[in-house]
Amino acid sequence: MQQINLLLASLPDGILLGFVYGLAAMGLTLIWGVMNVINLAHGPIIALGMFGTFFLFSRLGFNPYVGLIPIAILGLLVGILIYVIAVHRVINAPHLSSLLATFSVNMIIIGLGTAVLTTSPYNVDFAAGSFQLGSTRLLGTRLIAALVAMLFTGGLYLFLYRTRPGKFIRAVANNRAAAELMGIPSTRILALSFGLGTMLAAVSGALIATFFPFSILAGGSYELKSFVIGVLGGLGNPIGALFGGLILGILEGIIPAFLESSWVPVIEFGLFVIILLVRPNGLFGAKQ
Amino acid sequence: MKRSLFSIFTVLVLMGLILSACGPQATPTEAPAMVEETVTIGFTSSLTGSQEVSSKRQVNGFNLWMNQVNEAGGIKLSDGTVVKIAAQTYDDESAKERVQELYTRLITEDEADFLISPYSSGLTAAASIIAEQNGKIMITAGAAEDDAYKTGNTSLFQLYTPGSLYLISTVDMLKTLDPEAKVAVVHENDKFSTSVVDGLKPYLESEGFEVVYVESYPSDIADFGPIINQIVESGATVLLGGGHYPDGSTFARQLYERKVGLKFVSLLVAPADSKFPELGDAALGIATSSQWELAATHTPEEAEARGKEFFGPTGEEFATAYEAATGDKPTYHVAGGYAAGLILQKAIQDADSIDPEKVKAALEAMDIFTFYGGIKFDTTPDAHGLQLNHEMVVAQWQKDDTGTLVRKVIWPADVANADPLYPVLAP
Repeated sequence: MQQINLLLASLPDGILLGFVYGLAAMGLTLIWGVMNVINLAHGPIIALGMFGTFFLFSRLGFNPYVGLIPIAILGLLVGILIYVIAVHRVINAPHLSSLLATFSVNMIIIGLGTAVLTTSPYNVDFAAGSFQLGSTRLLGTRLIAALVAMLFTGGLYLFLYRTRPGKFIRAVANNRAAAELMGIPSTRILALSFGLGTMLAAVSGALIATFFPFSILAGGSYELKSFVIGVLGGLGNPIGALFGGLILGILEGIIPAFLESSWVPVIEFGLFVIILLVRPNGLFGAKQ
Repeated sequence: MKRSLFSIFTVLVLMGLILSACGPQATPTEAPAMVEETVTIGFTSSLTGSQEVSSKRQVNGFNLWMNQVNEAGGIKLSDGTVVKIAAQTYDDESAKERVQELYTRLITEDEADFLISPYSSGLTAAASIIAEQNGKIMITAGAAEDDAYKTGNTSLFQLYTPGSLYLISTVDMLKTLDPEAKVAVVHENDKFSTSVVDGLKPYLESEGFEVVYVESYPSDIADFGPIINQIVESGATVLLGGGHYPDGSTFARQLYERKVGLKFVSLLVAPADSKFPELGDAALGIATSSQWELAATHTPEEAEARGKEFFGPTGEEFATAYEAATGDKPTYHVAGGYAAGLILQKAIQDADSIDPEKVKAALEAMDIFTFYGGIKFDTTPDAHGLQLNHEMVVAQWQKDDTGTLVRKVIWPADVANADPLYPVLAP
């Protein structure tokens, strides 16, 4: 009975957190899906999103959710800049080149961030209330973060399927050469896709900062989760990433109810390996 | 011409001899010429990584001591030697692998004469192997875990109260406040916190407390939600545990957000830092075991009452100097860094030498008081270097009359400057 109570208490938290994990992973998987680039600068971008919330809220007094707008715009622009400077020249090179290019960006951001912001933990002292739901207490910040993550997912879906640039992105992802023959400016579309991926990472970081303390190194663990989620949901499938995030969030919520917390990464990454072996395109990816 | 020059020279020499004979006699016991020696103290600090906050404070304390010694002209020995202090330090990035590499470098390339430990038990355990292999004296500050002293090491000298005794005074306080308390023990899964819990659990049980939940968590944990649910489900009324700054501050914040309603929470390390009030109301009522608090600083009178020598500045002098140097109030990590230098200074003075063997003998014989507390090391082969005489106090974040969060000493009662906030009011 006690275990069931614990399960019921931990499940809602896991689901809410899962939406935000899903949003973070969506950025990674969008970039992979469109240009076959694994963005190793994903973690530091999440961390920059966290600091965006910190400075906008703690220094300039912005509501953290209003602050999402400038963070999203900056995330988009930073992503386009990274693409133009570091990724574009190696886009057709073997995967190792793009891995090294984004890893270099990762190191540059972490190096600069460490010099300017140190690695001390920062905290956004913001609360959005809480309420009791059965045996658990739901935090307003997590609930709003989950809603925002759903909004962004819906927005991304509409953008990809209902707008001209979105259709261009899907066309480039499907067959870049054919898209170019149809007159689609693939370089601009690739830059836009990279920008959108980093925007999603920055926004997820901005949301996480409303409930967890963070440092410039904090993005690393979310980057790792994003890889697991990407594989669960199907690499290159941004909407599948949301479901992958939910699965991971639920696992993180319920495993500690039955086992020691140290088992969480063992089970998460065990699942990662099993999915890679059994269903390499992910639970929500197309069958080969 | 030559003859006249010779005559003048002869007259001048004779006059010089006569004048010198009339002058004061040279003292046969002339003071020895002053010789300046520089002692290099090597250590790593965590300028980056998970231990950054506390490590930087420890280094700040050490630097204050070093600057004060050098500005005062150095440590003077009876043979006229003046010992100046130089520090050689590197960023260990809070990583054990870096610590071992850098301590090897400090010993072999930089030729450090003495070593100070890095901050945290985990990093110190890594550094202690290198120090011991090379026979270098290492004062371990910021490292409370007991095990390193129980493996036959003879070069380590511990400044902190050992981890196994860390929460004993907190349990003693609980015994007077609420002997019926149900205790949850939730701690970081690392060397230091585990050693604290290894000492805590049997003591809780021996004092008749019911331990209803025990759990450890990884150092990089972000979400305490599932663990907090378990604490609530266990029916615990008191929480003891924590680890270091990042996890401790996260834990405190999430306990507050979830309105857990525990009567008392004591976390390791994090609440002892001056950054902790950045959590706002989440800091209110959170207690910690502290190695040193200015409000309960040790005094020459206390030393005299215990028949011990008091060495070094008073707590107020130390705190004033630190605030003047940094603009910040000293925490126990700062005091630990300062005291590490101070006891090395005392050992050099007692040894009247910088010879490592003589300094080591002086450390082994040391039994003194400083503003930081009692210092005496175990010299038995079973636990050589373990700290024996340093005592902890319990501090708690409370609000003063202006509503500002301040850290008050609440135990032991004879040094407390506030009553414990118990039970802590539910948020």
